[in-house]
Amino acid sequence: MIAFLTKRLMHALLVMFIISVIAFAIQDNLGDPIQQMVGQSVPESEREALREQFGLNDPFHVQYLRFAGNALSGDFGTSYFYREPALEVIARHLPATLELVFGATLLIVLLSVPIGVYSAIKPRALLSRFFMGASIIGISIPVFLTAILLIQVFSIGISVSLFPESTAWGAWLNGLLSTDGGMPSFGRGQDLVPVVGHWETNLASLGGLKHLVLPSVALASIMLPLFIRLIRAEMMEVLQSEYVKFARAKGIGVRRIYFLHALKNTMLPVITVGGVQIGTMVAYTILTETVFQWPGMGLMFLDAINRADIPLIVAYLMIVGVIFVVTNTLVDLIYGLVNPTVKLTGKPA
Amino acid sequence: MSTHSSPPAATPAVGRWQRLRDSYLWYSFKRDRGAQLCLATLLALVGMALLAPWLAPTDPYDLAQIDILASELPPFWIEGSDPAYSLGTDAQGRDLWSIILYGTRVSLLIGFGAVLLQALLGVVFGLLAGYLGGRVDALLMRLADIQLSFSTLMVAIVVGAVVKATLGGSFYSDYAILMLILIIGLAEWPQYARTVRASVLAEKRKEYVDAAKVMGLKSRRIMFRHVLPNTLSPIFVISTVQIANAIISEAALSFLGLGMPETHPSLGSLIKAGFDYLQSGAWWITLIPGAFLVVLVLSINLLGDWLRDVMNPRLYKG
Repeated sequence: MIAFLTKRLMHALLVMFIISVIAFAIQDNLGDPIQQMVGQSVPESEREALREQFGLNDPFHVQYLRFAGNALSGDFGTSYFYREPALEVIARHLPATLELVFGATLLIVLLSVPIGVYSAIKPRALLSRFFMGASIIGISIPVFLTAILLIQVFSIGISVSLFPESTAWGAWLNGLLSTDGGMPSFGRGQDLVPVVGHWETNLASLGGLKHLVLPSVALASIMLPLFIRLIRAEMMEVLQSEYVKFARAKGIGVRRIYFLHALKNTMLPVITVGGVQIGTMVAYTILTETVFQWPGMGLMFLDAINRADIPLIVAYLMIVGVIFVVTNTLVDLIYGLVNPTVKLTGKPA
Repeated sequence: MSTHSSPPAATPAVGRWQRLRDSYLWYSFKRDRGAQLCLATLLALVGMALLAPWLAPTDPYDLAQIDILASELPPFWIEGSDPAYSLGTDAQGRDLWSIILYGTRVSLLIGFGAVLLQALLGVVFGLLAGYLGGRVDALLMRLADIQLSFSTLMVAIVVGAVVKATLGGSFYSDYAILMLILIIGLAEWPQYARTVRASVLAEKRKEYVDAAKVMGLKSRRIMFRHVLPNTLSPIFVISTVQIANAIISEAALSFLGLGMPETHPSLGSLIKAGFDYLQSGAWWITLIPGAFLVVLVLSINLLGDWLRDVMNPRLYKG
């Protein structure tokens, strides 16, 4: 166990090192801090002196070590646009993203497990086929398009006049297909409740929750089909296994077999995939936040790119890198703990 | 189901068609209405994209043909439409049908190009890793692991952002197609490398490889001429899904402003451009290109699903 733990930690540190080198290389090659600090009128000799003073002429590894040292103490430089420490800017945007991810994860967990299990138990049922069909359509719609569709339907509203309005059923069908809209689709709204420090929450008021609905649904829509299909596939495999057959032969109730014995082993691979998907989720938050102008880290990152705000870009990459590495390592460790068949030390280096 | 390829000289092209017609693949295709419909849709879209210059009523790249006064006209089934513009016009007054034809062309070009690059990199690295093993394997697969743990879309966004910032916006726009192929290709090669490596590891133990070794053939020849042909079916299967993914990635990058410029749009940048006019009621500028994108990706994904069920190769699981 100890050997496995150290190996995983070493791996995590190595990945973090690579990320930091890439982040530093970006910072080093993009943007000239002197250019940002002084105006056009400052002569070249003074610029050179400033460069020397800030150590910008030092060799790569010296500068990298300085960068890494600063980063370890939480100093990622000052954002060009916000004129405040980059970490501070990120901390301010973090809660919005976390609440969005929380909302989406809640939807995914609450929906994917029952749907996945149901369509594994009854693979030929009409409803299962519907779920499978819907899930492949879900995978094929890019997240930003789902978001736009949601805005059109639930925020702007649609009026359908496909059927003749004169007949009763036509009017009824038209009314059924039309929506009023009115759901908020822009930003986090005014009803934010302050919690601690930078953290103002959407979760504590009705108005805030309303703002969270569409972005969460959009973000969940892209991951949900994946998890439904995964849970279904794993569950079907588990249901074929010897111990399930044995449990049936023993006369254990179907419910008990499905939800106690089979589901437990189904969830193992789901944990691993879930951990890996956190990375994908971060990428999708950028898209979702852009559509809904949700003031989280993703939107901040995109704005930083458009403003060439190098320190903020670098800080974002490092923070996201830390999030990835920590979650991946945790998932590996949890998997090793809950699944005794994993050879902890036998992994190839 | 590994069929040994017969000597090429003895069987001309006709024989190849005959073999396809006798195959299980063709048999199940003939029986599956869904697969036929998907392939027909896909071929129709590809055909439309290829024939765009002849099918499109206007040339959307030609500024002289654009009438700004005719902007935001609705499609034909809504009142206030102009018969000259069947699907309406976008905010710049470009004919939506023409620009979608050209946009599909750009999306497909990038999708296929990126997958070609991914496959090239992935197959070479996967073969090397699987066949040579040892340090090469460990290094390449660790690299693939790290890259995959970040999700390909994230890698593509970051690389795109950095490249754009380094080279400057206008240079990036000029070479956007090439850039996107490179970015998406580099971001997704690990998928291929893992799949190829997994099949190579299985093939490596078979007798024909030993026989080739005993005959004194060089590693390179065994790898590319003997092992590679037997790993083709999983490559084939993941390629469909990868093309769909590449098209979605391109659309996502374009939507974020890191892809095709609005003057030379793909389906993704059309959706982005139209999104600004959604609130003013001109939903068709964004949702019609969106529908084309979804139909394109959906038909590829469904074909991929069908292909996987039929060929059922040992796909490498996470």
